[in-house]
Amino acid sequence: MNHKLSLGRILFIGYVVLVLLFLILPVLIVVPMSFSDSRFLSFPPSSYSLRWYEAFFGHAGWMSAARTSLIVACATALIATPIGVAAAYAINASSHWIMRYLKIVLLLPLIVPVIIVAAGVFFIYALSGMLHTIPGLIMADVMLALPYVVTAVTAGLHGFDKTQEMVARSLGMNRFRSFMTVTLPQIKPSVLTGAIFAFIQALDETMVALFISGGRNQPLTVRMFTALRDEIDPTIAAISTLLTAGSFALVMMMVLARKQTPA
Amino acid sequence: MLVLMLPAILVVFTLLVVPMGWLFWQSLYAEGGFSLEHYRRIFSEGIYWNTFALTFRISFIVTLLALLMGYPVAYAASILPQRWAMLVLALVILPFWTSVLVRAYAWLILLQRSGVVNQTLMASGITDAPLPLVHNELGTIIATVHILLPFMVLPLYATMQKIPYDLMQAGASLGGSPLHVFLRVFLPLSMSGVLAGMTLVFVLCLGFYITPELMGGGRTVMASMLVSRNIQLYSDWGAASAVSVVLLVCVLAIFYVVGRLISLEKILGAK
Repeated sequence: MNHKLSLGRILFIGYVVLVLLFLILPVLIVVPMSFSDSRFLSFPPSSYSLRWYEAFFGHAGWMSAARTSLIVACATALIATPIGVAAAYAINASSHWIMRYLKIVLLLPLIVPVIIVAAGVFFIYALSGMLHTIPGLIMADVMLALPYVVTAVTAGLHGFDKTQEMVARSLGMNRFRSFMTVTLPQIKPSVLTGAIFAFIQALDETMVALFISGGRNQPLTVRMFTALRDEIDPTIAAISTLLTAGSFALVMMMVLARKQTPA
Repeated sequence: MLVLMLPAILVVFTLLVVPMGWLFWQSLYAEGGFSLEHYRRIFSEGIYWNTFALTFRISFIVTLLALLMGYPVAYAASILPQRWAMLVLALVILPFWTSVLVRAYAWLILLQRSGVVNQTLMASGITDAPLPLVHNELGTIIATVHILLPFMVLPLYATMQKIPYDLMQAGASLGGSPLHVFLRVFLPLSMSGVLAGMTLVFVLCLGFYITPELMGGGRTVMASMLVSRNIQLYSDWGAASAVSVVLLVCVLAIFYVVGRLISLEKILGAK
């Protein structure tokens, strides 16, 4: 009986380890590939070099795409965070029946298949002349990021004692000031989480950008998608490694921000 | 309070709700008036049927595989000591935060004719010639499972974490074998997580575009690719919007039915 149990245990652990390897190996394999010296994608690479990093940093096209992506991602986080915090605050503070429906409207960008979002935004932009523009990309990403910011901040506000803000107001502060000085510092980790979510989502967004970006204002993801579809260029491995390292750093930041919250 | 909501609502309204209304209207409009022509077409032409059948088949397979792979991982994370549980979760979350394009690229390298997987299979004598693992439906399914697996594990873990350990001990002290306790106590209590995870994976898979486009080799055409092709290649908004509406109705119907059983926030919480 005992023996049978431990065999089952070993099989279970083995299975879980296999699944975890399935999850993590493909992400890690890109790293050695990016340092390969060869055009061919043999693994492990026969010799190592930095040529694919040079190909990325030395190519004006890739660089301008990277710049577009960074501008769009920063602007998205800067716009989506205050708008999202305001909306989350309203959802939390009001018990009006309409809030339930408005909250669902704010979740729609997560619910609607992204191809439909892309087709819709493409149509609106074609009418308003926003196609192939940076502000166009930013607004689309703000819309897609809002559910993440609202969800993160609503969760943060949920654990916050509202009476503290009321005390500040009873002492004569107006609503805005009491929010800024009393509430915001205490929900900072969740606001930061929301902002990072917004940033990563904008950096990672591909589908909508495929429809609405073009010309000089193509983000990195669109260039990568086109490159991947046409031929497998090892430069992608270098970019992939940089992106993975970047998102890993951001996730670490988020974990650290959460740890700072008083339990 | 409504004033604070206004900017966010305005953005979602102009960029999502209004164009969706327009798509809906467009799908019912042909030859200068109201018509069901576009729907008649997509329900009578083989290519549309095949695409929807393929989309649903892939979504079912992916959801099932993700459940079979994700449940034990979430279970392990929920019973392991804190330290090991964090490691398991970190291994699930890191790929979750890696770009879909990066992962598609990794799978293209791994699964190609001379890729690591084929080399290993041939070296171990399982196969003599390289297997066609990519640029087809199989490659699409493998990469899609990889991308959607965290969406299965995270809601499952969130549910399992809340199952009191006392209950399992009570079951064991009443004489149940570990397997029996798992089947009669733990499994039923984890069902809301199973439902949340399956819904999320299935619905996301229905709308997948990037992965089948890159891994499918042009032959694995899923519903969202029909929308894209109709717009970008043929400028056929009628057909594109009819396909969009059918896709959207499927997704909303699934959310509605599942939403009767568990809350929407629970499903979307992990996303």
